Amino acid sequence: MEGRASVNRALLQPWAKPLVWLLCALPLAWLFVRAAGDQLGANPAEALIHATGIWTIRWLWLTLAISPMRDVFGLPALLRHRRALGVTAFIYGLLHFLAYAWLDKGLVLDDIVRDVLKRNFILVGLLALILMTPLALTSFNRAIKALGGKRWQALHRLVYVVAVLGLLHFYWKKSAKNDVAEVLVYAVILAVLLGWRVARRRQKKVNTD
Amino acid sequence: LPGARSAVPGAIAMEKLTAYQDITTYNNFYEFGTGKDDPAENAHTLRPRPWTLSVEGEVGKPLTLGLDDLLKLAAMEERIYRLRCVEGWSMVIPWVGYSLSNLIKRAEPTSRAKYVEFVTLADPKQMPGVRSGVLDWPYVEGLRIDEAMHPLTLLAFGLYGEVLPNQNGAPLRLVVPWKYGFKSAKSIVKIRLVEKEPVSSWTKANRGEYGFYSNVNPKVDHPRWSQASERRIGEGGLFSPRKATLMFNGYEAQVGQLYAGMDLKKFY
Repeated sequence: MEGRASVNRALLQPWAKPLVWLLCALPLAWLFVRAAGDQLGANPAEALIHATGIWTIRWLWLTLAISPMRDVFGLPALLRHRRALGVTAFIYGLLHFLAYAWLDKGLVLDDIVRDVLKRNFILVGLLALILMTPLALTSFNRAIKALGGKRWQALHRLVYVVAVLGLLHFYWKKSAKNDVAEVLVYAVILAVLLGWRVARRRQKKVNTD
Repeated sequence: LPGARSAVPGAIAMEKLTAYQDITTYNNFYEFGTGKDDPAENAHTLRPRPWTLSVEGEVGKPLTLGLDDLLKLAAMEERIYRLRCVEGWSMVIPWVGYSLSNLIKRAEPTSRAKYVEFVTLADPKQMPGVRSGVLDWPYVEGLRIDEAMHPLTLLAFGLYGEVLPNQNGAPLRLVVPWKYGFKSAKSIVKIRLVEKEPVSSWTKANRGEYGFYSNVNPKVDHPRWSQASERRIGEGGLFSPRKATLMFNGYEAQVGQLYAGMDLKKFY
């Protein structure tokens, strides 16, 4: 009980937000350091594309984990930090696409368009990124006010679609080589995160009936 | 493991060699894990000696040979081959070995030997990845008999003048330079001459994506990877453009006639 209260207090400190942003930037900083030092292995382009992609999924899953963790651990202050995680997921996703478009396709628009249309897994990934864009763009307090809480919330339910598309993108990519063990781990976590929401809804309904 | 410079036409690519470090740390060898760095990390458990290879099936003289006999079977040659992976990357590798035809001829194939099937080791005690269900083990690959007898088709025992490192398919592997890398089976224990086209492990896993021939062909796209271009490992910086992929990986002059009249879009 005592511990929980102090964690909550810490999460509310003025330095908590910058600290979260710093943590969000760490994987990227580490990638930069390794890229600059030629430490990304034999195929650094592939390593960068893969790392930014997997981190997009990790940040997105963490964003979705905030509500369940808040309730399960009794930490309401966690909610203050969800925005940073969501925006971070979008930034990593954007970098993932940029790394692909630049390092793999040399920023040749023709090639990118042809590749995206031909390969379902890239199309699905791009769709997820496109759907994330309005969420990132309306992540400011003023946007919430302008939209009104209800509409803002409805719009931000898109995050569930984004997560499923992101997982599908990851699965399709990995299934080419039958290498789906890692995808399964993320699928199970997402199932728990979404399942918890369904269960909570049912419970609320029962309580109000 | 020294080898004399090969005199086989096309056997010496005049290109910059890929670094030994890259060749031996960036591998697809699922018997040791699906990550590119897994084989280098896990393959130390493979015991390349003692090793026996059998040649059987539609042959007049079935053979079972130990590694020392295999090493002495023909003169070792150095061959500098381009290697093109279906994932869109490539290397230039100095292999040591001899033409597979030397071995197959000794077994005296019968007239019914139309194809050659390669079966590789699948020992869970030596290969941790075999416990996973990623592929139907053992790893099986196949060639048409004329492809197998082509002088460029190499039975390799070494690279960079040294004995093959475990992660590269010790103690002996196939190298078919005009086909995608997965056709070149590693750590082979059995070679069977057969009448019917063998079903390879990758074809079994995903028939729509991995055909029997799997010749490098920039005009036949794979659903996951564009085959029009490739990234040469270790060359240029992060932002240097990819190279155009060549028909039959640049070995068209040597092997093109094997496929005369075939629709390569259908027989991919």
